[in-house]
Amino acid sequence: MTATEPETTVEITVDGAAVDAKPGEMLIAACERSGTYIPRFCYHSRMSPVGMCRMCLVEVDTGRGFALQPSCMVPVSEGMKVSTESEAAKKAQDGVLEFLLINHPLDCPVCDKGGECPLQDQTMAYGPGETRFVEEKRHFPKPIAISETVFLDRERCILCDRCTRFADEVAGDALIHFMGRGNHTEVNTFTGEPFASYFSGNTVQICPVGALTAAPYRFKARPWDLTESLSTAWVDSLGSRVAVQASRNRVLRVLGADADAVNWGWLSDKERFGFEALNSEARLPAPKIRAEADSDSREFRRAGWGEALEAVADALRAASPERVAVLGGARLTNEAQYMWAKLAKGVVGTDNVDSQLGDGLDPRLVLGLPRATIDDACRPGGTVLLVGPDPKEELPTLYLRLRHAIVNDGVRLVEVTPHATGLSHLAEHSLRPRPGTTAELVRALVLATDPDVLRSAAMEEPVLGALAAGSKSDRVSELRAALTTAETSFGTDRAGIESAARALSGAQGGLVAVLGRMSLAEPADILDDAARDLSRLPSVRVLPALRRGNAMGALEAGLAPDLVPGRMRLEEVGDGAPLAGCWPRLPASPGLDASGILRAAARGDIDVLVLLGADPLNDFVDRDLAYRGLRGASVVVAVDLFENDSVSLAARIVLPAAGPTECDGTFTNLEGRVSIMSRKVTPPGTARADWMIAADLSERLEPGSTDGLDPPQAIRAELARVSEVHAPLTEEALTQNHLEGVLLAGVGATGEAGGWHGGKEWRRSRRQAAPVTGPAGREDDPEAPAEGLNEGEFLLVATRTMYDDGMMLRHCPSSRDLAAAAAARINPADADRAGVEVGAAVRVVSDFGHIEATLTTDAGVPAGSLRVDWLAPGAPANRLIAAGTDVTVVRVEAW
Amino acid sequence: MGTPSAAGGHPAPLPDRSAGDGYLPHAPGYVLNDGPKLITGRFVHEDSFTLARYESTGGYEGLRAALEMTPAAVHDEVRSATLLGRGGAGFPAGVKWGFLPPGKHPYYLVVNGDESEPGTYKDRLLMERDPHQLIEGCLIACYALGLQQCFLYVRGEMALAQERIAAALNEAYEAGYVGRGICGRDFSVDIVMAWGAGAYIVGEETALIESLEGRRGMPRLKPPYFPAAVGLYGQPTIVNNVETLSNLPWLMVNGADAYKGFGSESSPGTRMFAVSGHLRRPGVYEVEHGVTTFRELIYGDNFCRGIRDGHELKMFIPGGGSAPWFFEDHLDLPLEARPVGAAGSMLGSGAIVVMDDTTDAVRAAWRVVKFFARESCGKCTPCREGTTWLEQILRRILDGEGRPSDIDLLLDIGDNISPGPYPVAAHDGADAVPFPPRQTTICPLGPSAVAPVVSTIRRFREEYESKITRRDPIPLEVVPAGAPQ
Repeated sequence: MTATEPETTVEITVDGAAVDAKPGEMLIAACERSGTYIPRFCYHSRMSPVGMCRMCLVEVDTGRGFALQPSCMVPVSEGMKVSTESEAAKKAQDGVLEFLLINHPLDCPVCDKGGECPLQDQTMAYGPGETRFVEEKRHFPKPIAISETVFLDRERCILCDRCTRFADEVAGDALIHFMGRGNHTEVNTFTGEPFASYFSGNTVQICPVGALTAAPYRFKARPWDLTESLSTAWVDSLGSRVAVQASRNRVLRVLGADADAVNWGWLSDKERFGFEALNSEARLPAPKIRAEADSDSREFRRAGWGEALEAVADALRAASPERVAVLGGARLTNEAQYMWAKLAKGVVGTDNVDSQLGDGLDPRLVLGLPRATIDDACRPGGTVLLVGPDPKEELPTLYLRLRHAIVNDGVRLVEVTPHATGLSHLAEHSLRPRPGTTAELVRALVLATDPDVLRSAAMEEPVLGALAAGSKSDRVSELRAALTTAETSFGTDRAGIESAARALSGAQGGLVAVLGRMSLAEPADILDDAARDLSRLPSVRVLPALRRGNAMGALEAGLAPDLVPGRMRLEEVGDGAPLAGCWPRLPASPGLDASGILRAAARGDIDVLVLLGADPLNDFVDRDLAYRGLRGASVVVAVDLFENDSVSLAARIVLPAAGPTECDGTFTNLEGRVSIMSRKVTPPGTARADWMIAADLSERLEPGSTDGLDPPQAIRAELARVSEVHAPLTEEALTQNHLEGVLLAGVGATGEAGGWHGGKEWRRSRRQAAPVTGPAGREDDPEAPAEGLNEGEFLLVATRTMYDDGMMLRHCPSSRDLAAAAAARINPADADRAGVEVGAAVRVVSDFGHIEATLTTDAGVPAGSLRVDWLAPGAPANRLIAAGTDVTVVRVEAW
Repeated sequence: MGTPSAAGGHPAPLPDRSAGDGYLPHAPGYVLNDGPKLITGRFVHEDSFTLARYESTGGYEGLRAALEMTPAAVHDEVRSATLLGRGGAGFPAGVKWGFLPPGKHPYYLVVNGDESEPGTYKDRLLMERDPHQLIEGCLIACYALGLQQCFLYVRGEMALAQERIAAALNEAYEAGYVGRGICGRDFSVDIVMAWGAGAYIVGEETALIESLEGRRGMPRLKPPYFPAAVGLYGQPTIVNNVETLSNLPWLMVNGADAYKGFGSESSPGTRMFAVSGHLRRPGVYEVEHGVTTFRELIYGDNFCRGIRDGHELKMFIPGGGSAPWFFEDHLDLPLEARPVGAAGSMLGSGAIVVMDDTTDAVRAAWRVVKFFARESCGKCTPCREGTTWLEQILRRILDGEGRPSDIDLLLDIGDNISPGPYPVAAHDGADAVPFPPRQTTICPLGPSAVAPVVSTIRRFREEYESKITRRDPIPLEVVPAGAPQ
């Protein structure tokens, strides 16, 4: 906690008792904090008041006598007197409830909301007992589907403006609105435009009646049959807090929990409805084994756990440590990740471990940069530099927080992204680097924040400029070079960079960089360079936009090459008993990352490849290499919930794992915030928690190595013992911070500079700046566009979308069909250059492969780029990309 | 107005307007009578809406006079003239202008031409017959306040007014009265006309601003109470009524002192009243403000000349559909906001609807309630649900399906929209409806629907009771006189 300003309070009187309220607070909130609940329907603490339902009318006296006022719209003022239970207040509340009920169908017995319905509850508490309404109620056809997942019953609707306000204010998708007027007012979508919002499920959660229902929960349970546990969402690295509700050993609903530091009660539909996959019939119920790749039968046969585990142990015993590799692990809990890190590195002794599949960030960056929290990024008046993916697609709840901060709290956004994002229309500056030049653009941006350097670099004569800059002349020439490269970026001119740089240098309320992989067609080390330059900005803090669920936990647990728990490199671990004597041994030397592992496997240098919830075929940036690696490894062991494509292709031994709602543990989000994940139901069949599998294997290989490491709390305790970073993670702290979790201190939190890598500057990657004139450099051709691309050629941008053909989504009935069909998106200005008519089915061809897609135009894609979604159904973009290439040139061909 | 009174009842025979008698064939609804004509003086001319006629009858002289003064002096002149707002609230325009916070440019002027109060049709005449006078008024206001942008919001249904204003604006732009460098001076104003989509509530100034911004016309939350603080596009905004601004040219030419020579001390000048109903000579009159009484206006020879033959006054609405109703005993009140308010109603937008003894009180109340139920914007629960409920009950009573408990139910629903206990009006107790109303809603539309119900129940409770006991259906549809039966 940082020191807070001395709190001033406003004293008001509520029903005769003195209450201290916060200045500016709404009366309804002040009353609630002091224990006086005022009934309400439209008021929601996370949205602006509208005063629509009039249920919260109370009598307020601000010196001119008592008068009825809606308490959701009246800010407290000194000396205010409030009567919440006066005759007039009660009469008004009674009246409002009666008005709300006259046209309400009162179909509570068949309504999903019955039992947890604010209208029902408040009618019981405040309402009239009988109706005086004898006319015919208002009728609408019901329910109507306003999106694929959400149904609207307008007869039940009390027009509180919560869903419409959420869609407009919070999500920015104003696709539902009031229509008609007076007694015929209704909520509806515009004709032909469904409520296709990534956040539509929130409206169901905040609906104070049963007007909005979502397909996954409709008619599935009664609220009183549900039991609930606080847990953490697992589908992305934000770690939104959720309440998991189950009945009869089946998860039926996930609701957002209002953690002030994280998700404010909001969830994306993927977080909310993703549990459906866990209930899927396709879940792996028992271990299975099949013969070697070259034998006749490729059919799996069901096996017992003992046989399967012994087969894995045998394979591991037979292999020398450097010929063993582990890919994946971001799906796991912190505890399971630690156990797998210990198994791989401490028991087997291999360092070929990578929880990211070549699509993440360098662990050095993630663990070594001064870390920001979401709250830091959203602090009023601050500035956010987004060098990363579209938050709306990849980190949707972060998108909601950032959007709120930009719209309401004056946070300024500068974005450097390969195409327009969900926040572009709110950004102060949007820079679109040409694929392959992101690092140069960021360098130019950072250098240009120094006004002296910028001024000198702008001088016509280089020598004069250098003289004027004096000691900064190096940086001036660096800026000149970077600007020259960056200026050839498609959507970026020098003035754009300069004004964006001025916004950064003028950042008053703190600067937070949201840093993550953007286009997967760009190599990861581009971001190493960008981060190195970003760290030159004074007092910048970084929020790593990690992609996979518990990716941060995996890195903190050491599931990355040359890393052990405690953010230590192998060489930094002290002599003698490693890691407080808990690990039998350590790998001899640093191992391979995902690309290296797959390359080695393709060469035949990997004997055992463990896929820890990984599907390299679909997730690794280079599909061809993934394929060759999977086929080249002698024994592939998969630990997963489903038989994914990689498992089908190559796995010899498949171990079914328990899902996120089926085991206890903790989750570390992208801020380093550790929160509880709760076991709510049992896993299907004999599936086991990942940590149990690791523990069993460890015992088989090194008896005694996991003594006492059961249950997960014990694993947590060992983790806290071996890793200084995890030391604050006591059971007491986790209990105390049940809702918001425990924040692991990042680098820079204690004021130290440089971080675990010892203050050394990162090496600049060996990568050369992308060729300025494009791949072929045909400047002699007068017809060639300035960017140096030939007719019909584009630079590939491949980015993730929220709905894709991923394994979990394939098994979610409600979201399975939401993945957009494959599209090749180009700038409208490029339509003529494509050589194929827009709207036609095309083949996108690179030197490495091709996919089929529909050619469309999109003004958000800069000219010269061609954007494809990462994993569109039937068109995985990794067919086009070869690992390690800086720029992927693609052509479109009619077919 | 040619149609029967908004309150219903048996239709009155249409007065013959072509035969002189004060009626002008080219300005239907207006009655030219004896008396000062500050803003309707040009109505006698058939081409009063053209720039040529306007200029030949002293047009844009007020603007020229204003441009000779400092803006502050113009503001002072308006303030000292005590020009009261003619939209309904009767707030002094000069004082309202003074609410603009300094240094928060740009400021906007919005002209409220969304005249939709039942019974009111004076602004329509001003816009149709003398659009240049309104434009000149806008320019004077802009000059006084240092504004450069004015929005003229005209009610959606008023096609002719829109047409005339558009034509007048084109003329004025061409003649250099609007636009850059007005009258060769360093003074530039743009005036843009916008039109509504047909919602009564948009007459409420904050709902009008919402509509002007392209959103659903719903009243804004208060505070801030005045758009002068936060208005159009979040900027300080002055919203003035058409008639208010139409007074400015005369005021600038003749000065505040001359202006105060008309009307009463607290309500100087003239006011336009739209008088409709069972009268011998209904129409819009320009009347000296504050000195004329209801009796004079309804019975006076110079005005409406009394109730149509053979009938007597039963009740009248003194200030448009949303005002509580008055009866014979209120006839001697002056046409001035304060005494009318003290008596428990309002002068509002200057619409007086007169009903004679043939009028069915319940049916008349139902007709007004139906209007408000239809026009409720749907925001506040009590208004959205309550007004329709009131309408349904009244219709049920008229259909002969009333129940003895309905009268108390009507009053109680009214109480839940506009809660009591009512402050007792100064003049009398029994018939007075609370005014200004207390409300459980954001804006006064809901309480407006309560006023006629409470007014009629208090005065004519036996009419309700007899309908409930006798169960004779009353036809709801109005059949215009002369139409085939």
